[in-house]
Amino acid sequence: MNQYDGRKITIILIVCVIAIIYIIRLFFLQVVNSTWKEQATALTEEEIPLYPPRGIIYDRTGKMLVTNQTVYNLMVVPKKVGAFDTTSICQLLRIKKEDIDNLFAKSRARGEFHRPQLLVEQITPSDYAAMSEQLYKYKGFYAESRTLRVYPQSVGALFLGDVGKISPQEYKKNPYYTKQEYLGKSGIEKAYETELRGVKGINYAFRDNVGNIKEHAGNKEDMPATPGTDLVCTMDADLQAYGEKLMQNKRGCIVAIEPSTGEILAMISAPTYDPNLLVGRVRGHNFNVLLNDVQKPLFNRATQAQYRPGSIFKLAQSLTALQIGAITPQTHIHCNRGIIGCHGNHSNDDLEMAIVHSCNPYFREVMHRMVEADRDKSSRFKDARLGLEIWQSYITQFGFGTDVHSDIPGVKTGSVPGVAFYDKWYGKEQWAFSTIYSLSIGEGEMLVTPLQMCNMACVIANKGWYVGPHTVKQIGLGGSPREEYMKRYQLGIDSSHFSTVINAMEKVLQPGGTAARSALKDIVVCGKTGTVQNAGGKEDHAVFICFAPKENPKIAIAVYTENAGFGGTWSAPVATLMIEQYLNDSIAESSKPREKTILEANFLDR
Amino acid sequence: MSAPRQHPLANVDWLTVIVYGIFVIFGWMNIYSAAVVDANPSPFDISQEYGKQFMFIVISSFLAFLVLYMEGEFFNKFAIVIYGVFILLLGLVLAVGTTVNGAKAWIQIGGFALQPAEFAKIGVGLMLAKYISNTKTRFNSWKPRLMAGLIIGLPAALILLQPDVGSLLTFVAFILALYREGLSGNILIIGLGAIVFGVLSIITGFNRIDYPYFGVQSGVYILMSIVFVIGFIFMILIRNFVVPRNRRKLFLITFLSTVAAIGFSYSVNFLVDGVLQKHQKTRIYVTLGLEEKEEDREAMLSDTETAEAAAVSTKKKDDPGYNARMAKIAVGNGGLIGQGYMKGPMTKNKYVPERWTDFIFSVISEEWGFLGSFAVVALFVFLIVRIINMAERQRSQFSRFYGYCVASIFFLHLLINVGMVIGLAPIIGIPLPFMSYGGSSLIGFTLLLFIFLRLDAERLSVFR
Repeated sequence: MNQYDGRKITIILIVCVIAIIYIIRLFFLQVVNSTWKEQATALTEEEIPLYPPRGIIYDRTGKMLVTNQTVYNLMVVPKKVGAFDTTSICQLLRIKKEDIDNLFAKSRARGEFHRPQLLVEQITPSDYAAMSEQLYKYKGFYAESRTLRVYPQSVGALFLGDVGKISPQEYKKNPYYTKQEYLGKSGIEKAYETELRGVKGINYAFRDNVGNIKEHAGNKEDMPATPGTDLVCTMDADLQAYGEKLMQNKRGCIVAIEPSTGEILAMISAPTYDPNLLVGRVRGHNFNVLLNDVQKPLFNRATQAQYRPGSIFKLAQSLTALQIGAITPQTHIHCNRGIIGCHGNHSNDDLEMAIVHSCNPYFREVMHRMVEADRDKSSRFKDARLGLEIWQSYITQFGFGTDVHSDIPGVKTGSVPGVAFYDKWYGKEQWAFSTIYSLSIGEGEMLVTPLQMCNMACVIANKGWYVGPHTVKQIGLGGSPREEYMKRYQLGIDSSHFSTVINAMEKVLQPGGTAARSALKDIVVCGKTGTVQNAGGKEDHAVFICFAPKENPKIAIAVYTENAGFGGTWSAPVATLMIEQYLNDSIAESSKPREKTILEANFLDR
Repeated sequence: MSAPRQHPLANVDWLTVIVYGIFVIFGWMNIYSAAVVDANPSPFDISQEYGKQFMFIVISSFLAFLVLYMEGEFFNKFAIVIYGVFILLLGLVLAVGTTVNGAKAWIQIGGFALQPAEFAKIGVGLMLAKYISNTKTRFNSWKPRLMAGLIIGLPAALILLQPDVGSLLTFVAFILALYREGLSGNILIIGLGAIVFGVLSIITGFNRIDYPYFGVQSGVYILMSIVFVIGFIFMILIRNFVVPRNRRKLFLITFLSTVAAIGFSYSVNFLVDGVLQKHQKTRIYVTLGLEEKEEDREAMLSDTETAEAAAVSTKKKDDPGYNARMAKIAVGNGGLIGQGYMKGPMTKNKYVPERWTDFIFSVISEEWGFLGSFAVVALFVFLIVRIINMAERQRSQFSRFYGYCVASIFFLHLLINVGMVIGLAPIIGIPLPFMSYGGSSLIGFTLLLFIFLRLDAERLSVFR
């Protein structure tokens, strides 16, 4: 024993103190603090999304309208690329050397040099087949398959809509998507996005320190993707194609609806384009071409163009006036052309004949009786406010000024000017019937979309109700439409009031009517022409709405041809040819000359 | 001198042998986990690290038994020769060694590389033990201190020439062992003081301060001024309030320590700022938390995408914090019970650097969790304390001192290796005894330990 034996304790103490410090540190690192685990997960785990195939869209007869095709994205991991022959790979992939250099520089700047980078997008299967034989020679280059939309029928571009890369705004709004994903941008693709996209799956994988993706990550269960739901849309592809053909070289649109169900049979906005143009590598370029086209082919005139309705509005006016009791079918009104112009040879029509002749003074007076009905005897200004309010409530029921409960994205509502509108425009009690009488014949501040016009035809065909015009008939093959498209919207107009109007519409296509020349031999068509005046001396817009057959109607149509002239001359034949096509599946010999005239007409430069 | 011959393995401390076996086998298992790439390879595949390690284990076991069957006397008698051979090897490595990671530390023999620095410690331990037991010195004069310094300093200088800072640092262990034999405790206190002052100097020196009249200069001058002011105040206090008897001595001590502290601060700052290379400098800064502020990194972690980007973006070669951070993340990822053997994501996906050698502890921590890392640290403490207790029961000073050398060397390796993995010590590449991959280190540590076990086995019959 000596004086230094106590130093053993000192040394053991030093060892134990250090060990305790280390164990406390380990306890904090491993058990207390969870940020290290989060960092480890962020570093090592990769969630590989599995994209399900998008649902296929069929037309009402079972024709495939939209399906998927496989394309290939060529990826490159810059870090893994060895020495390679730049010229030969550029030739193989049909790219420029600068493309590779730029991509490498960009990925280096972002610190993603070890991550896969997209080099060439959307290579078609045939191109890829040629490349893949050579590709294995180049280390770090590989292909990933993706699916794209393809449109076998090449019709109904705006009806079906398109699919495109998610925008920053859409990304912010919807947490389902990643920044690189594709989603429906318009039409059915947008409206039924949730059904079509299916449910993404997830493969959990490990990523090693140089960005290689490895094996399945042990403790988490993979989720398989659920394919998108197939849809049967309401479109009749043949009718749609025929409509697109009739509208060639014209600006305007056709909307055809089955009145009893609200199913949109065809919706043409002319000029139209092949939906296949907005797919794949060519999408970007073609989108810009279409966007800058002066004829605005990307603008869906059927749902977004807001026109003054013109004379076809007299139908809604008649029905409203009958319901309010402002007139009866037997009411005769003198055709006083002093205040408002008229056309044709008549002087004192009843309601039916006034519709057939489209008598402007008659309907001016009808409107007068609706709006100023001595409800408030103290002032005609106050009286007009009361009257207009009642009038507006009825007109709105036709779907005017609303989205008509449609499923089409981006529909415009048009406008039905009411008390608030005129109060703002002229000041409270500064206006009366005399100020607003142009409304009576569908001119003035009234704005409607062709979809709303067609919906009015449906209301008349159904004698007082409609189903929201919609584009999808079955969600899942053999399924039903969305619930809201199985219910009727009943107008507050008694069904008995419709016979006068329908009879008048029938006469429009009989000898002496404004659309007599468009009549069909074996189908009774009820219609109404309209000719909407145009500011700036341009040719009038030709309008026609109709439904057929008269009994148990199968189809209602609105045709709007911009700058064409008389509705009876240019829009009525289009509508009746469409009816023939739909109901008979063929065009009768007697209709051929009409068809020829329409096909040859060109109003694009007007 | 010799007692009647007993069976050579009669008094061997088998508990220590068992602990040794646990370390070696567990280490091998974790090397396998860290290095295995294919789906189901043989753990004995000699072309892989784990296969080689198995071979090293076989060789080490053989050598261990060889040592146990030798005469303990041999190590006493031949201490000088053994020491000399290792000095020669250290010289040879400077002449014909191969350079790995910037250190000329390896002698290539056939397919294997020998690292003499791993064996040199045995020679130094034996040599010091021999010197102390011969002279019975208590280190109360300058001559034995100088001699001990020389015995340690010669191999240390040769290792510094490689340069292998890690191995050099482990020589500090001998100071702890010498302390037991009477080296003044002031050395330990001065050493601790030097560490505190060194760290303070580096931290203050890291900042650049705009001094009035002197312009932008290193922040270390603030520290030096503070030390000067405090020293000055103490000296005035001593002059006026201390009894005259002690005044002169205390005044001198205060004066000298003040000057030494100021000089030391300046030198450390000069060394770090002026002499060290950039990567060594940044390593020190990272350890002290001066670069790579952790708060910023954690704030970025609020969003996983950014976390990934942050973790990956700094994964450049010139990122000094990368290794340290990856090791810490792996340790933290272990949690309480670990990710499971062969299942550590940070390990299996190669994020952990040097994972079968210097960073084997982070592999253990990730796959076996806090329970595993705690067990390893605890078992090391058990081994060290057991060796100390065994050293104390020696009748021979030679054996006792050598035992302290062994304990101190294990302790220093544990201190630096584990400290580095958990972010409490700078990244210094030294192995974790028995567990890190490597033939030289495993064989070196095995010989180191088993020579002591041999000496201990003869404790009853030997009185040197």
